[in-house]
Amino acid sequence: MGCCIRRGWTGVVCNMSENGLHYRFIVPGDDFARAGTASGAVKKTLKQLGIAPETVRKFSISLYEGEINMVIHAGGGEIDVYIDDEQVSAVLVDHGPGIPDVGLAMQEGWSTASEQVRGLGFGAGMGLPNMKKYSDELEIDSVVGTGTTVTITVRLA
Amino acid sequence: MLIKEIRDALGAELLSGEDLLDVEVHTACGSDMMSDVLAFVKDQAVLITGLLNQQTIRTAAMMDMVCVVFVRGKVPGTDIIEAARENGIAVLSTDHRMFTACGLLYQAGLDGGCL
Ligand SMILES: Nc1ncnc2c1ncn2[C@@H]1O[C@H](COP(=O)(O)OP(=O)(O)OP(=O)(O)O)[C@@H](O)[C@H]1O
Ligand SMILES: [Mg+2]
Repeated sequence: MGCCIRRGWTGVVCNMSENGLHYRFIVPGDDFARAGTASGAVKKTLKQLGIAPETVRKFSISLYEGEINMVIHAGGGEIDVYIDDEQVSAVLVDHGPGIPDVGLAMQEGWSTASEQVRGLGFGAGMGLPNMKKYSDELEIDSVVGTGTTVTITVRLA
Repeated sequence: MLIKEIRDALGAELLSGEDLLDVEVHTACGSDMMSDVLAFVKDQAVLITGLLNQQTIRTAAMMDMVCVVFVRGKVPGTDIIEAARENGIAVLSTDHRMFTACGLLYQAGLDGGCL
């Protein structure tokens, strides 16, 4: 119900309902320069909604790390962002190689990123630990050969 | 410390952000790895880096930073400068290498901001 807006290359769709806001982004897997566009747009929206800066930053950084992971490790995917009075959450779905050992991947400094990715400023093995640190809930559901679903939740103070 | 004082301390060239020269900053972070920068959520206003791509500006914007200093004489292209402008981030370029640039700014009163 409500409205539906479509715009831009990311294929943004926004739905408003009594349950809150929903945004959908398509993240291309072959465009590193544009990786983070969805997170940037979400950050702007959260700011406009008047959500506390620290909360906005925590959620945006987590989402950005997740979006970058999608591009550098999994060939892109889709992001759904849900905003209501109590929390902001994001569901990141990709159809990449999956993560064989999530516990290992969560360790600071553990990375399978290529030299090329490192040259682009990523691959420190800090993304997932950062996401864990900044979110109130982080759920990683990964199946090798099928893909990964990451859910980030930050509660509004 | 003001952004124009950072420019002067580093003998840097201002590539964007004339309007931000009088903005006051207290803390900085130096790294070429963006996830390292993103690991500290506390207010850090300046990013000193040798990494020159769109993600540098995106990372600074995610952190609500107001100034990016490119070291080793790196000069970003117009797309990067444009992205910085859109996000209200001043862009400086200095010939100093990372260690020296950080040292000079630390000496001039900028702080790491966290431990
Ligand atoms: N969506 C994903 N699909 C497949 N593998 C992933 C995904 N996200 C993370 N990984 C795996 O988990 C590892 C750790 O991820 P993490 O984000 O912590 O570090 P990184 O991306 O390698 O480096 P950084 O985030 O510091 O740039 C990655 O190197 C990769 O092997
Ligand atoms: Mg990562």
